[in-house]
Amino acid sequence: MAEDKILEVKELKKHFRVGRNKTVKAVDGVSFDIYRGETFGLVGESGSGKSTTGRTIIRLYEATGGEVKFDNEDVHGKKSKEELLKFNRKMQMIFQDPSSSLNPRMTVMDIIAEGLDVHKLVKDEKERKERVEELLEVVGLNKEHASRFPHEFSGGQRQRIGIARALAVEPDLIIADEPISALDVSIQAQVVNLLKKLQKDRGLTYLFIAHDLSMVKYISDRIGVMYLGNLVELADSDELYNNPLHPYTKSLLTAIPLPDPEYERNRERVAYDPSVHDTSEEPKFREVSPRHWVLCTTKEFEQYKIELESK
Amino acid sequence: MSKLLEVKDLAVSFNTYNGEVQAVRGVSFDLDKGETLAIVGESGSGKSVTTSALMGLVPKPQGVIKSGEILLEGEDLVKKSNKEMQKIRGKDISMVFQNPLSSLNPTMKIGNQIIEGLVKHQNMNRTDAKKRAIELLDQVGIPNPEIRMKQYPHQFSGGMRQRVVIAIALACNPKILIADEPTTALDVTIQAQILELMKDIQKETESAIVFITHDLGVVANVADRVAVMYAGKIVEYGTVDDIFYNPKHPYTWGLLGSMPTLDSDDEELYAIPGSPPDMLNPPKGDAFAPRNKFALEIDGVMEPPMFKVSDSHYAATWLLHEDAPKMEPPESVKKRMQGFANTGGEE
Repeated sequence: MAEDKILEVKELKKHFRVGRNKTVKAVDGVSFDIYRGETFGLVGESGSGKSTTGRTIIRLYEATGGEVKFDNEDVHGKKSKEELLKFNRKMQMIFQDPSSSLNPRMTVMDIIAEGLDVHKLVKDEKERKERVEELLEVVGLNKEHASRFPHEFSGGQRQRIGIARALAVEPDLIIADEPISALDVSIQAQVVNLLKKLQKDRGLTYLFIAHDLSMVKYISDRIGVMYLGNLVELADSDELYNNPLHPYTKSLLTAIPLPDPEYERNRERVAYDPSVHDTSEEPKFREVSPRHWVLCTTKEFEQYKIELESK
Repeated sequence: MSKLLEVKDLAVSFNTYNGEVQAVRGVSFDLDKGETLAIVGESGSGKSVTTSALMGLVPKPQGVIKSGEILLEGEDLVKKSNKEMQKIRGKDISMVFQNPLSSLNPTMKIGNQIIEGLVKHQNMNRTDAKKRAIELLDQVGIPNPEIRMKQYPHQFSGGMRQRVVIAIALACNPKILIADEPTTALDVTIQAQILELMKDIQKETESAIVFITHDLGVVANVADRVAVMYAGKIVEYGTVDDIFYNPKHPYTWGLLGSMPTLDSDDEELYAIPGSPPDMLNPPKGDAFAPRNKFALEIDGVMEPPMFKVSDSHYAATWLLHEDAPKMEPPESVKKRMQGFANTGGEE
């Protein structure tokens, strides 16, 4: 894979004010890069800030601090309307709940074509119709579906409409925020296969946010683990699963139940105890081995290195 | 050996404006003391309706138990009046729901919610009940139970709330604990804690657990036996090893194939095409046939009976009929079976 950065996130912060003197640091200094054509998985528990990270990147929230660069261009700087439009076209989002993210009063045709209209990508009504029908076919729906409303579809089909909408403006990067969590198991596999196929055909880059680790492992090239607003570990997905270093990643990995009774009988769960950390200095994000980053102090850094070598 | 619970040919329907929805269409299973039965299926497969029938909680008048028996130690629960059921509910059979926030009363202190059941079912006086409640909270792993007793549900985190719900369910030492997706709303690390807790408690109290879930990982973790439901019927039934390492029904193949294992990487997931049938008009023949690429001609005409695979393992698919052509399960499922054979398991 060519190491061509499509997205650079540097020290991204998003704080929410709750009440007069309280702020919630939902995302607190997260840095990572996403390379063109890869799938970057972001996992963590609820409240870890993974969704907020995704939403801040695409500018649904204004960042409190830090920088997001898309194709070397700052996303959060002051922008004219035209610049914003151009940027919005390149980045699209797929949401978790396909029933609340589709306008119930719009037909599927209008939902999918909204982006085309905003960006003036089609000349006339005929072309618009053709494009929508083509997109519907790409995501595995029929063109007859175009005149229907969202409530006439099942959950899996609605998620397909959401995907078609995101694809309409031909983006480079798609941020998928738990796109399969609300779906049934058999439907999840359909949607994941579709996302993978689209990536192959169109060279898309995904930021895939989820808490289902086995699915994330399957779909992602690299995975970042978030805990309380910070990335604690980032590595290639195989490396992360085989050699987790940060205690939180370890506890997360041992907590996933796998569909294999033999494995489950022998499973030893490791609980995460934040007090094991060295508190002598502020932990930093360091590269323990090539492409494998862990949030740690200097002392822990040396420990992790030894741990990795002894494997 | 007599069974703790026997369900025979249970059928539940709902009368709606559009007609009769056949949610459960002839389900039979049994349960031994101290065992865990997992019921797996997609939404709409009838797994939750089955358990509400066990609890006598099928909403009336639109919900009707059309046929069948639910025998708890030989007594038929279907024939019981609501009043009689109230005595059984919470005492012999109790339930843990999916969302702990909506199953606790937000205006009542946690302690009182636990004591309520004890006073009602066990005829305890309040002092004893209070002691027992503190014990229970301690047992489910809630620190400082004396203080926590006086708090309200909103002062607890999601995992802690689910522990409280489990404490309430366990208060009267039920013979059967029904857990309807008890961990779906929780994070994985919390889920692991709750599952461990339930297993520990089961060892202590010897309750039988009916565990409803759609997460096959959780099933592999907790279950002794598994019933796979599809369109209101049990399509495959066996021990956890039977189901995971020697599945026979194409729907079970699909469920297992659609979950990636940690070493499956580039191959495409084996997805079941289409979506579940509309139970207003269940299809003729095998309800799974329209989504089944292994479907035979007969599937469109006649429903398959339960075929016996082994003493513990049954599946409802014509593929097991002696005249049926040999069908191979999809690659990913075969790999799983092989992997097990290699680790020394038996076929």
